[in-house]
Order: sequence, then C-alpha cells, then structure tokens
Amino acid sequence: MANMAKLLEVRGLRTSFATAAGLVRAVDGVSWDVHPGETVALVGESGCGKSVSALSVMRLIDPPAGRIEDGAILYKGQDLLSLSEQEMRQVRGREIGMVFQEPMTSLNPVVTIGRQLTEGLELHVKMDSAAARTRAIELLGMVGIPDGERRLSQYPHQFSGGMRQRMMIAMALACRPSLILADEPTTALDVTIQAQILELLRDLSRRFGVAMLIITHNLGVVARYADRVNVMYAGRIIERAAAAALYARPRHPYTLGLLRSVPRLDQPTRERLLPIEGQPPDLTRLPPGCAFAPRCAFRVARCDAEAPSLNEVDGAEHLAACWESSRLAGGARA
Amino acid sequence: MTQALLEVSNLVKHFAVGGWRGGKAATVRAVDGVSFQITRGETLGLVGESGCGKTTVGRCILQLERPTGGRIVFDGADLTGLAQHDLRAVRRKMQVIFQDPYSSLNPRMTIGEILSEPLKVHRLVPGRAEREARVRELLLQVGLLAQHARRYPHQLSGGQRQRVGIARALAMEPSLIVCDEPVSALDVSIQAQIINLLEDLQARLGLTYLFIAHDLSVVRHISDRVAVMYLGRIMELADRRALYEEPLHPYTRALLSAVPIPDPSLEAGRERVVLRGEVPSPLNPPAGCVFHPRCPLAEARCAASVPGLREIKPGHWAACHLVDPIA
Repeated sequence: MANMAKLLEVRGLRTSFATAAGLVRAVDGVSWDVHPGETVALVGESGCGKSVSALSVMRLIDPPAGRIEDGAILYKGQDLLSLSEQEMRQVRGREIGMVFQEPMTSLNPVVTIGRQLTEGLELHVKMDSAAARTRAIELLGMVGIPDGERRLSQYPHQFSGGMRQRMMIAMALACRPSLILADEPTTALDVTIQAQILELLRDLSRRFGVAMLIITHNLGVVARYADRVNVMYAGRIIERAAAAALYARPRHPYTLGLLRSVPRLDQPTRERLLPIEGQPPDLTRLPPGCAFAPRCAFRVARCDAEAPSLNEVDGAEHLAACWESSRLAGGARA
Repeated sequence: MTQALLEVSNLVKHFAVGGWRGGKAATVRAVDGVSFQITRGETLGLVGESGCGKTTVGRCILQLERPTGGRIVFDGADLTGLAQHDLRAVRRKMQVIFQDPYSSLNPRMTIGEILSEPLKVHRLVPGRAEREARVRELLLQVGLLAQHARRYPHQLSGGQRQRVGIARALAMEPSLIVCDEPVSALDVSIQAQIINLLEDLQARLGLTYLFIAHDLSVVRHISDRVAVMYLGRIMELADRRALYEEPLHPYTRALLSAVPIPDPSLEAGRERVVLRGEVPSPLNPPAGCVFHPRCPLAEARCAASVPGLREIKPGHWAACHLVDPIA
C-alpha cells in the first residue's frame, strides 16, 4: 500500500473560520491520504473538523468567514488549491463525487430527478441528451431504483429518504469518478436502510474501483467498511491506523475512550458504561498543550504544556499523537 | 407480577390528514392497538425505526395527544376518563426528557429560572429561598454545579443541556419519566455520561422509565424489558436477554443484524439480513401482517390475516404467524 501512487494527498491543511467568539481553527495542520481504490475514514465527534476537511478538499469553504490558510491538496499529483474556479468545477462531480448526510437539502427540489442526473453528464462528459438519459436510467438501476424511465420525471420529494440517498450515490457515480467523499452518508437514515446504503456503496466502489473517503461519527460503520482510519479531535488527527489495528490496539486515550464508551451488542451487558468524562473542547479556547488533556485519564504534566505531534507508535502505518501512548501498548482493549 | 405503574391497553392513535378544499381525507394509523405494562422501578425500552409510532405512544401516555382508542391506566387512575383538573395532578408524576434539550429549554431564561418555574407553578416549593436551595440540589443531583443556575442554555454544551432537561423532569418528583431519544443528539463520548446518570437516578429515586430510542445497543444496555415496534404495532416484547439473544420475530432479527459492531474482525465474518424495500406508509399500511412485504419468510397467510401478539414463551411475546408456541 505504501509505495502505491497516492490518489489524494492532503498536506498540512489549515482551515479557519472567523466567528463572533474569535478565530476557530476548524482544521489545524492535518495531513492524510487516500490510495486508489481504498476506503479511508475520518472519524470524530461534532466540531472535530472532519466535515471541514472534506469541504476543503472540494474547495467549498465559504469566504470571507471561512478560509483555507495553509497546506496543499494534491489530487493525482496536482494541487487543487492552485486551480481556477473553472478548473475546479471539472474536478467536482467529474473527478470527485460527493454524498452528503441529508440528501433532501443537497438535491434541487424544483428540478426533476432526470435533469439532476443528466446535467452533469452533459456538462462534464459531453453526452448528448439521449445518451445521458440512457445512462441516467442505467445509473438508477445500478443503485437499486427500479422503473428508472418513470422515475426520471419525478421530483426529490416523491422519493423516500433511502431512495434520495440512492439517487445521491447515482449522481456521485455518474461521471465515473476516481474518488467519492461520503459525509455521514447514512446518519439521517433508519438502521435497516443504513445497512442497505452502506452495502450498496461498498459493492459499487469495489465494482468500479472507486476510492472512498467516509466521514462519520459512528465507529461501527467504520469497522465494517474502512481499510484505514483517521481519528480526529479538535481539528487534528490524533490517531491513524489500519482499521483492524485501530480497533484491536488503540494507542490514543481518546480512541480507547470512544471504543469503551459505547455499549456493544456482541458483548455481555455491563453494569455501567465507561464514558469519557468532561465536555467536548471549545475551539475558541483550546488549551496550550494537548486538546484532549483536560478529559484524559492518562494525562501527565507535559500534556498541558506541549501538544504532541502525530508519530509512529507501531510501524509506519500506525500513528498516534500522545506523549503517553506507550502506556496503551499491549492491548488495552475494552 | 408486581403491581404495574403504567398499563397501556389496545392504544390507538389515528391522525386525519388532508380533506380540505375538496381534497381526499386520509388517516395515518400512527399507533394501531398497542398494549404493555411497566412495573414500578422498571425500564421498558421501546425501539423502532422512524415513523413506527414509538414517539406517539409516549405522547399519548403523557396526554400530549388524545388517544383515538384504548386505555391508559397510570398509578391506578384511568387517564382517558379524567377531567382536565384531575389530569394536572397526575401529569406532575409523569415527566418527559426530549431528544433535543436545546429546543426544549427557553433561550431567554436562565437555568435557575427554568428549574424554579415549575416549582412555583405547581406550588411545590413556596418560598423563594427554598426554591433556590431546591434548584441547587437539582443541579448537583444531575452532575452540574450551583453556578450553572445563572447561565443561559446557549452557554452550555449539549450534554450539559440534557442534564438540565433531566433536572427539570426531576423537579416534579415524578414516578414515571418518558425518555424520548434522550441521547441520540449527543456526541458518542457524552452519551455514556447521560446513560449512567439516568441509571444512577433510577437507583436512587426509584424511578420508572419508558425509554424510547432507535439505537438498539443503548436500549439493550438500559432496559429490563424491550418492545419492538413497526408501523404502529408491537412486533415483539420480551426480557432484554431473551429479545437480544433469542429474538423470535423476523423483523427483530433483521434489526439486530443491521447494527454494525465496532470490531472489524467480527464484522468481516458477520452475516447480515439486509431487508428489501422500505417501510410502507402508515397512510396505507399493508393488509395482514404489516411487515410481510419486507419479510424474508413471508407466506400466503401473512398477507391474509393480522397476527396477534401472542405469548410464545413465558414473558416473551411475538406477533408472527410463523412462530410456534413452545409447550
């Protein structure tokens, strides 16, 4: 995996927002990458910077409040931050597809399903309208929406939540992209529909060799679908590893805490859950040292003074940003 | 069985929709014949997907909705026959915790005002100084500090706001609390804090909970017994252990297999029952068993007649034609 060419490489990304309470560094010097065909996850709780990371890749950060301050976003070797808006439009939709959490707000309510599907095909891959229509019906069938011919003339409100998300996936795949960014793709859906959508995303990404970046707060989702996982906290990546290693041998106290705090169907019921104590960080008033220190059970004096950087803890593939990560070695499993 | 604090029998709630300006009226069968009991000090989990009617059941119990049919007996009193005046006293004993504490707390009131208002309205604590003391006590009870009384809701984090929501429910010294998705809007690391708090309070104050949620792992952790709802009906009702380890209803099995487990090595070898199709509209529920169009085991009789909720094993109820009672 390591010597394969990278499809997407984010280097030292820093994205900030000017708010009434002060400058918020939503993403604070973050580096990660995606190889062709693999599924990578960005996991973390609200405000950790996972969605802003994805929006930065697509250059969808709204000025003047939001700004990408620093870093490089290399897609197939080219820095997306140096592209013109015109060139960037070719990347969005054609090279990189997107699936959002709430499909209703990302579909145009007054445009038919058919038009929303064919627009990209005509624009990006210069299909004529008849070819685009045929392709649209084929796409709907691919994502499990039968009777595509009739569906093309319908509007988003005539679709259920699960169908709309299938439609989003069809749009994301329409121009045969190399990468799909899926931001909480199933969070708004019921659990039985979640399973359908996730299996569909996985099957299609395998079939077409599309790489995926899944952004989620759900550790369960990540376990089943991701090859590699980045855990974020307060705008930084605090741990990165292959999925199997991360779940079996977490090396950051926050990852360990997250894994321990959720009740699991495969384990005997417990008397009490083991929460992470304290409150999520206030991004306008981060402590000088490690942002997780105030809630951390492994905290030492150094944690309050100096923020640890992301370092190798178990080979080149497993990294953690923690001064005390060696104390978590040797299977501190929940 | 010990005495039931709450007894719901054959509860029905239909909503009329449309039917104005010459449009055709239709009926949403939100709750369609639901029965269960909750014993004092017990937690009954009520799970199901969106639109299954679980929240409407809670609202009917709290008398926030007037049931179309059926009986709700709380602490010996039949709520459906009570006059408005008598209802007020009963209501104090039934409190609710909502999913989103932000939209259920008045943004213009301090936490202290939010907590002392019901004490004043219900004349529970007469003097001002006593009320302040009680507010302090409530805040400490839910793991907040006395100085939080001077803050406004927007100055608190989501977890802290949910603690305020819990304190407000406790202010009335209730015996039953309807918890409607109390942790689903919170971050994972905070959910466990709130669940532990709810369990501590139950042990300390002898509370009874109806815990409504869609997260099957959380419901398993907190409940003594669990009811699974689908399209307005109870599909299965059993002890926590029996429901999760020996589920009888095909819908319960599908639900359980859909829950991802945070362990890649287990997930890799796990079989998953992926249900076909989607939940039908409660405007026009399927004939026969409401689950039959999505059921992997459905037979002809499933479309023909509605299976009743039957006791298959002692304390284990299921509404399915294909489950045979074990003698």
